Amino acid sequence: MAATQVVRSEWTKIRSVASTVWTLSLAVVVTIALGVLISLLSKHEFDNLGAEDKLSFDPTFISFAGMTLGQLAMIVFGVLVVSNEYSTGMIRTSLAAVPQRGTFLFSKIAVATGLAFVVGLATSFVTFFLGQAMLGEHRAELGDPGVLRAVFGGGLYMTLIAVFSMGVAAMLRSPMLSLGILMPFFFLISNILGNVGATEKIGRYLPDQAGSKIMQVVTPVDDDTPYGPWGGLGIMALWTVAALAGGYLLLKKRDA
Amino acid sequence: MIELDGLTKRYGEKVAVNNLTFAVRPGIVTGFLGPNGAGKSTTMRMILGLDRPTAGDVRIDGTHYDGLRDPLTYIGALLDAKAVHGGRNAFNHLLCLAQSNGIPRARVDEVLDTVGLTSVARKKAKGFSLGMGQRLGIAGALLGDPRILMFDEPVNGLDPEGIHWIRNLMKSLAAQGRTVFVSSHLMSEMALTADHLVVIGQGRLLADTSMADFIQQNSRSYVRIRTPQRERLLDVLRGAGVVAVETGGGTLEVDGGKPEHIGELAARHQIVLHELSPQQASLEEAFMRLTAESVEYHAHDTAPPGAPVQDWGGDWKREG
Repeated sequence: MAATQVVRSEWTKIRSVASTVWTLSLAVVVTIALGVLISLLSKHEFDNLGAEDKLSFDPTFISFAGMTLGQLAMIVFGVLVVSNEYSTGMIRTSLAAVPQRGTFLFSKIAVATGLAFVVGLATSFVTFFLGQAMLGEHRAELGDPGVLRAVFGGGLYMTLIAVFSMGVAAMLRSPMLSLGILMPFFFLISNILGNVGATEKIGRYLPDQAGSKIMQVVTPVDDDTPYGPWGGLGIMALWTVAALAGGYLLLKKRDA
Repeated sequence: MIELDGLTKRYGEKVAVNNLTFAVRPGIVTGFLGPNGAGKSTTMRMILGLDRPTAGDVRIDGTHYDGLRDPLTYIGALLDAKAVHGGRNAFNHLLCLAQSNGIPRARVDEVLDTVGLTSVARKKAKGFSLGMGQRLGIAGALLGDPRILMFDEPVNGLDPEGIHWIRNLMKSLAAQGRTVFVSSHLMSEMALTADHLVVIGQGRLLADTSMADFIQQNSRSYVRIRTPQRERLLDVLRGAGVVAVETGGGTLEVDGGKPEHIGELAARHQIVLHELSPQQASLEEAFMRLTAESVEYHAHDTAPPGAPVQDWGGDWKREG
């Protein structure tokens, strides 16, 4: 079984269902629109900020504010790409065609990852430029130290959040169960854990909190995070690898 | 050729498929018959490597399923007509299967034409009727032009025209020298299409025989007689060496008897007959008799043999 055949087949699958288009479009639109809006509001708020807040004012990071919501659409994309196979029963047809389950799963994930990366990277650059345009005199330039890394990292962040969701969906199979766990986790629980003093130190090792460090250019004044931008992305990548490994092992072991 | 060797599947305590050993040969339609829940679908899923056997082995042309390069070109299967993403159109559904097995794109149009779905090729599968879904599944099975075809309950829910089409398709595929393995829970359906029969019940092999042999062995013919002069007739028959069995309701049955012979005997002794009719037990009855002990879900409309007959409210009468 040539992997290129399976990759081609998975590309046909992903481009021929409507959910791919609407989840990715939603991720793009929400991330950009919310980023632009918050950038605009931040510009007007800047003069009211305290001295310390002015010091840690991070125009790059502010333009990515829409990602907290936009990532939810990326999660839906990742979940549906994998769990659609199960909810429709297509998995039996697919595995009869490609009995090498590792080839099947990783071809599917490779195609979906590639697509998420292209969309995520484009979104990241567009939201950066539009956001900076809104920030006016407080803007950051792509050439400033760390900015290009942050913008490129924004694309990686969106990609990894989708791939992590694919791994979780491969383990759980049901789209409802996967979304029911991932959505509240990333939208609520992770934020709560990260903002409550007692759990802050655990919260910062969660995939989204660690990963979003890559989009930060200006470090907050009293920041004691023990990892840097790439270290944070590395932590997120480890979560993703773990989810994929779990999904693969279960797929290999389970009856379809 | 599909070869099963001691194939077994256990789910916890429950044995779904129990030590199945048989082979499915090319050039004929092999019927795979069993009541609902007998383990037919589980067996077929194991053949395709979807479910892992607890014990035993199954090989396709001597190879394990996951060892086949481009498996759709060896064996095409229709397991579940609904195993399709409803949001994908028929053409793309078949195209992604074709691409995964290196089958040329032109073949997709060919099989769509074969099953008569060309006009709805760009329609989403969720709008398909059961019959159209079944045809799409069969198109997928034919895609790789495989030497082996496997269909799980293909006529379920089809209209008479669709049933007729599938029967002819299976026969023509076998006539081309292919191996055709088709499951059903209806003996009557198998009698019309299958050349060979594999019968299972509760996961165990009950019969592996040619259709002709099965019919010969299991189609009991007998003569049914009703008469007001039962004792006299029994004496006369016994005198002529004919064994009659009383079957309740005042009827007698003579296994393998000739009605002419019995009628003439009765006339000679001036015995009145109310009925003298040749009877043939249907294949459906033979199948039910064969699988009677192994049916998983009985409808308990009659008391099982040997169980005490419940007589609610009868006790007080006897005591009083």
